Amino acid sequence: MKRFFALLLCSTLAFTSCGEDLDDNLVLKTEAETTFNFTHNWDETEVTSASFDSIQYLNQNGDSLSIEKLRYLISDITFSREGEEDIVLDIYNLVDVTNSTNLSFSPETKIPLGQYTNVSFTYGFDDEDNIENAYPDLNSENWEVPNIQMFGNIGGYHYMQLEGRFINNADEETTYAYHNIRAADGMATPITTQDTSIQVNLGAITITNDITFQVKMNIAEWFQNTYQWDLNTWNSSLMGNFDAQLRMNENGQNVFSLGTVTQ
Amino acid sequence: MKKGFIYLLLIISVSACSKSDSPETETYEPTPLPLSIPQLFSDRIISPVIPNNNPQTVEGVALGKKLFFDTKLSGDETMACASCHSPQSAFTNNTPTSEGIDGVFGTRNSMPLFNLAWNYRERFTWDGKQLSIERQALEPVENPIEMHSDWTDVINKLQSDSEYPELFRLAFKTSLITKELTTKAIAQFERTLISANSRFDRYTLGQETLTSQELNGLDVFLREDKGDCFHCHGTPSNPLWTDNIFHNNGLDTNVTDLGLGGVTGDSNDNGKFKSPSLRNLAYTAPYMHDGRFETLDQVIEFYSTGLQNSTTIDVLMKNIDNGGVQLSTQDKADLKAFLLSLSDPSFLTNPDFQE
Ligand code: HEC
Ligand code: HEC
Repeated sequence: MKRFFALLLCSTLAFTSCGEDLDDNLVLKTEAETTFNFTHNWDETEVTSASFDSIQYLNQNGDSLSIEKLRYLISDITFSREGEEDIVLDIYNLVDVTNSTNLSFSPETKIPLGQYTNVSFTYGFDDEDNIENAYPDLNSENWEVPNIQMFGNIGGYHYMQLEGRFINNADEETTYAYHNIRAADGMATPITTQDTSIQVNLGAITITNDITFQVKMNIAEWFQNTYQWDLNTWNSSLMGNFDAQLRMNENGQNVFSLGTVTQ
Repeated sequence: MKKGFIYLLLIISVSACSKSDSPETETYEPTPLPLSIPQLFSDRIISPVIPNNNPQTVEGVALGKKLFFDTKLSGDETMACASCHSPQSAFTNNTPTSEGIDGVFGTRNSMPLFNLAWNYRERFTWDGKQLSIERQALEPVENPIEMHSDWTDVINKLQSDSEYPELFRLAFKTSLITKELTTKAIAQFERTLISANSRFDRYTLGQETLTSQELNGLDVFLREDKGDCFHCHGTPSNPLWTDNIFHNNGLDTNVTDLGLGGVTGDSNDNGKFKSPSLRNLAYTAPYMHDGRFETLDQVIEFYSTGLQNSTTIDVLMKNIDNGGVQLSTQDKADLKAFLLSLSDPSFLTNPDFQE
């Protein structure tokens, strides 16, 4: 009796648990889950929140600096194929290095296996998505840009907040807040704004299975290539500084690169 | 014999599942009372944090309110939570620091209590040492310079009271009182303390106009080349008016109270305190974690010319060498007018919050 029950139990368990696996093997995989891991470095040195707060990085201009806070937004991950429409994932992810959250992002939408001519995303929000009060979760993170003339009377959201301290030309420790937003010239008539989000191209890839992309940000690049950033002149109140925003956009072109890809 | 035993087990397990065998089981359930979320909050920010193991109920909130105002929670029965958190002062008090039952003053300014359920990171008190509203409520009761009691005594008093056991049964389906249930009830009441009806709120909803002075004050608050207050205290997009994050806003060069640093043990956190909400400032003087400023004018003067440099001063504090943001007399007056438009008189008189 006992044995019979045990046998019955075991075999039921065995059958039901095996069921799905068998099916899985029979059905051919046609779509892949994608994952984007965001990692950060200062040239050859890895940067995590554990390396924050101490003045240890040297920028191209020769200023020593620390990082105390780093968060930035990415959006609209796009998969491009030959002869077919782009697959655009209308998503966003606030990468928060300070609190080590959202360092990894997996869009819900699965991507068909196949050859892609490019995988890309937007650093920041392009104008189409950069809409005042559109994202309560970002408001809750105090990520919004105030709707005032100085910032183009348009609201929207930050692209990046990079903050820390540096040693200035007078050899004193002082602070910087490298905040990147849609460039706005609130003093011009009419007020001008410019979409300074950046399309980051990770390049061509053949997706054969679930896939993980490492996206690297070299923070040093924000201060060089092609504009040699001098923190002594531009260290704070940069959101309303149209020229500074354009330079951020210029330097931002080479900040991201593709690291390892696993699938 | 063996077989008989197995059958017995089977019978037991089957009967354990059937309801009809246990007529004692209480069928009563407390009445759910979802938080009434103001429209501005549901439009602009994400949902409040309510722990799964402590849902809001009519009976729980009522019990929590009674406990909040009850002096039985203190050693000599002279002090309630409300003694330092009075509804007439937006649930704080008006002394720089607070006197406990033994006449000893603490070192920190009491905090106003509102919109606590929207503190998403759930770090409470000035230095963030309390990790939930429930857990926070455990502390003042036994704090020797606050209510100076003992939870065992408090529970005994409540258990032998003529009303409490029944109120606990209604709220939690058991008349056996514990400190966990006591603090759960208090936390339910605290979560109902919602303030969202200031003139500025109604302006945001298009129901009110502001004076040009208040509007200019908002501009001063938001502009990078003027107050630049928004990175810590928020913008009209976030009706909380705080980031609930810890910063050193430059009060002292040599910090005596380590603040967050005392909790994390990291000296980079020394002198950091939670940004307070700027709602209801009209009722919450004095200001800062130690209540050092009696008036808003003093606070604004501090940000304008009084900043003290230190190694942990927040990078967002500007022009530190010159003492701060250097506002003109007019801008200071306008900034103050704007700040006061964030005060919500209906919060003080809400009948649900009175003893
Ligand atoms: C003697 C005065 C006093 C009494 C009594 C008192 N508190 Fe407080 N409360 C304070 C002070 C002071 C702080 C700030 C403490 C700190 O930062 O260390 C505070 C902080 C808080 C906070 C944190 C608010 C926030 O936004 O982080 C809550 C919640 C709170 N008290 C609830 C209560 C409850 C519930 C009771 C009764 C069980 C109570 N208090 C009794 C003085 C008091
Ligand atoms: C870097 C972040 C930061 C900035 C920028 C900032 N504050 Fe604060 N504010 C804080 C913190 C943190 C406290 C509490 C400090 C403490 O008590 O130690 C505070 C306290 C206050 C208080 C006292 C509130 C109370 O209940 O005690 C007022 C009022 C205030 N700030 C207004 C302003 C205004 C106006 C500006 C712009 C001129 C401003 N703040 C800029 C972080 C900031």
